[in-house]
Amino acid sequence: MKSAVIVFPGSNCDRDAAMAIEKVTGTAPAMVWHQETELPDGTDFVMLPGGFSYGDYLRCGAMAGVSHIIPAVKAHAEAGKPVLGVCNGFQILIETGLLPGALMRNASLHFVCEKSPLRVENANTQFTSGYATNREIVIPIAHHDGNYFADDATLDRLEGEGQVLFRYQNNPNGSARDIAGIANERGNVMGMMPHPERAIDLDHGGSDGLALFESLLGSA
Amino acid sequence: MTQFAEGITQEIADTHLPRDEYEKAVEILGRAPNLVELGIFSVMWSEHCSYKSSRVHLKKFPVTGEKVIQGPGENAGVVDIGDGQACIFKMESHNHPSYIEPYQGAATGVGGILRDVFTMGARPIALMNALRFGAPDHPKTRQLVSGVVAGIGGYGNCVGVPTVGGETNFHAGYNGNILVNAMAVGLADADKIFYARGAEPGQPIVYVGSKTGRDGIHGATMASAEFDDESDEKRPTVQVGDPFVEKKLIEACLELMATDAIAAVQDMGAAGLTSSSVEMAGKGQVGLLMDLDKVPQREDRMTAYEMMLSESQERMLFILKPGKEQIAYDIFNKWELDVATIGETTDSGRMVLTHNGETVCDIPLDPLAEDAPMYERPWARAIPEPAVMADELSQPKDYEEAILTLMVSPDLSSKRWIWRQYDRHVMADTAASSEDPADAAIVRVHGTNKGIAITTDCTPRYCENHPIEGGKQAVAEAWRNLTAVGADPIAITDCMNFGNPEKDHIMGQFAECVEGMSEACKVLDFPVVSGNVSLYNETNGFAIPPTPAVGGVGLIPDLSKRMGFGNVSAGDIVMVVGDTEGHLGASIYLRVMENREDGCPPPVDLVVEKRNGDFVREQIRSGAIKACHDLSDGGLAAAASEMAMASGTGLNLVHEGDLPLHGWLFGEDQARYLLAVDEAKAKALRAAARAAGVPLHVIGIAGGEALTINGMIDVSIADLKAVNESFMPTLMGEAD
Repeated sequence: MKSAVIVFPGSNCDRDAAMAIEKVTGTAPAMVWHQETELPDGTDFVMLPGGFSYGDYLRCGAMAGVSHIIPAVKAHAEAGKPVLGVCNGFQILIETGLLPGALMRNASLHFVCEKSPLRVENANTQFTSGYATNREIVIPIAHHDGNYFADDATLDRLEGEGQVLFRYQNNPNGSARDIAGIANERGNVMGMMPHPERAIDLDHGGSDGLALFESLLGSA
Repeated sequence: MTQFAEGITQEIADTHLPRDEYEKAVEILGRAPNLVELGIFSVMWSEHCSYKSSRVHLKKFPVTGEKVIQGPGENAGVVDIGDGQACIFKMESHNHPSYIEPYQGAATGVGGILRDVFTMGARPIALMNALRFGAPDHPKTRQLVSGVVAGIGGYGNCVGVPTVGGETNFHAGYNGNILVNAMAVGLADADKIFYARGAEPGQPIVYVGSKTGRDGIHGATMASAEFDDESDEKRPTVQVGDPFVEKKLIEACLELMATDAIAAVQDMGAAGLTSSSVEMAGKGQVGLLMDLDKVPQREDRMTAYEMMLSESQERMLFILKPGKEQIAYDIFNKWELDVATIGETTDSGRMVLTHNGETVCDIPLDPLAEDAPMYERPWARAIPEPAVMADELSQPKDYEEAILTLMVSPDLSSKRWIWRQYDRHVMADTAASSEDPADAAIVRVHGTNKGIAITTDCTPRYCENHPIEGGKQAVAEAWRNLTAVGADPIAITDCMNFGNPEKDHIMGQFAECVEGMSEACKVLDFPVVSGNVSLYNETNGFAIPPTPAVGGVGLIPDLSKRMGFGNVSAGDIVMVVGDTEGHLGASIYLRVMENREDGCPPPVDLVVEKRNGDFVREQIRSGAIKACHDLSDGGLAAAASEMAMASGTGLNLVHEGDLPLHGWLFGEDQARYLLAVDEAKAKALRAAARAAGVPLHVIGIAGGEALTINGMIDVSIADLKAVNESFMPTLMGEAD
């Protein structure tokens, strides 16, 4: 399994993402600078890490969503290969149109950082097969703009097609229907606000995020 | 007859320098200074940059030790943490700007302290902050809390360095001058530390980072003056930060530092281009020739004066080895940051600046730095207040109410509202932060099983009533907090926040706090490696309480043996290390229940402190202890409440003996720890304590869902949590 982590100016969870991938696959991912226009040959999995790409200027993820590497990420997704966006990565995936909806400012208007209890809504995807449906897990969140919004028709469709993968147990940001993470229709692109890469080690932040990487990278 | 250069009047001179310092500048130059030179003298000789009032006292601090690689004098302190690694840290104040413009003031405080740490080659791994606000009911408090917290979070979260801990106090003494002290901790290889020293003649001076604008001009001078009712008009002197640029700057600088291109480096902090260039030149004993036309500028028609005094953020100055400029250009261009060679070092010993083809400044460097004014200001010793012991005070009518009142009081209440806004987990190495029941924050040394423990401490009400004991206590409490998580305390940084040093009693507070701190540092082998002084924290003649904030750092050799206070289960034996005499002078109890702030604080016996602490640490390492919490603000009642809340298990305490119950519960006697111990290990622990000559008192047993005392007083954990969590949301108008 060959992985790539995209690094934008302002990304700050790129190292954490790389550590998690290396822990599960035994191989360090390629760190791909945003000005590249191609992914390394044979890339199987692409991760868009958290952070503040381009300083969140204009709108979270807006500028990263049109940066040089994005066409290659889109092509990768369109070929049916897995793409995961966490936090700012989720915001970027929405800006690129690979995922539906919008992420608005948290309802409290505050940045929120806490260990967030989630429920796994659908364990039948390549991102979540390491969990059981309805399992409760705890994953840290840390964001200012994670308030998921979509119109009712889109929300109904997401629910109906099993595209809602994680739901907050204690909605920290006002997200519609407590949505914490979603996949695209085809199931190969996933975005989530919580940080599974910060929960891969029992000693530091818990280990409930590990199963996500194991599901995807197949070493469980 | 005072001489003036063309265009300079007595009035202009007066706004820059006191008259005796002006004469000194004339003497150094051999002529009257022009406006640019006047500006440079003014900032370099400001209290903020020159430490002119404090230097004579700061010399008393012990600054060396087995683990000290770099003490005070560089951008930050450096200590050895073994395995070829070093920990680099410093705390700094951003008080004046944060009061005037709380969001940007606090944000740029974080940015500045981060630069101090990565300037030395360290990757920042943790941020802490020590905040003091005015009375909760003061009309400005809510706005200031809101702005400062958002500013700290806005900067730290974006830069991607976890904000792992800190402390927040409220007191009317800070109504007109809040304190925002930020601390940064970084990691580097011990043989790859970068210094301001090291420049040689003939080396290029390379400017990197943001462009220079007109913001923050004379910030260092503002920070060296008292406030009055017109202080809000000083808003233009507050800098504006951009954490996105800082994040890029960190990565670009660390990339450059991985090459061998650098001779010396200094961030542009207070007094910007002036102090960064002068400090590097002074430490390398070289001269400077800089062409200000080459400085990247944000605005048109900036004058030399403005460029030299601007405190625009996110800028660094490198002196490179000759011929290595292209390496820097490539890296900074990649990160889309400005980079420009603006001059070179010379052997002239002078700072020569040109602008628009003319020489606008020519100052001999040595006298500018070395002959800066130093004052031995007159100072007066504080008059000691008598101790306040429990038997002099009537007992509270209702102990349950007293405990709940304590736990909802501003200083003891939960600060969740604050730390929930800080990213505490980014970098994925946080082992304990504000949310965790531990007396210090703990951050794993990346890729190892070692941990850095970090704490910030100071009890200003003790310093107010007895500066020497208060100074000792600030250091001792930091040492104790590190001990309580199982760390070996290594060294401290300090942030000395005081009022106007031109007043005898304020200078006395400073001198005596330093005296107490120095003594504690010596006995506890806990040297000072970096620090900052913030004076003139006064408004309309009212000074803040003396607040020598201490940032302590320690090492946990094996993270699996770190300690907290949340791991208590039913049946555990509850014990207290150390003796309790019931000192209530300057205590939280006295303030909250008796509405009194007088009295001598609890005395600090440093020998006992060390003996008790060394015992506790040894027992933590040997696995004898399940939970450990230092006893400080609010005494046993507060510590036991916190332990019960954190573990969800009640504590059932029994008091025996002659000491009145309120002295036992609320006394703030020092050198004490509250322990929970597995019943099976209790006997051996008591024997070990006897052998070590350490007082260890069994005071109860864990179980149930309440804190109970003598079977009579019964406060449920649910009630404790409800009140403890209610203060901040209520203050901020966000209570449910």
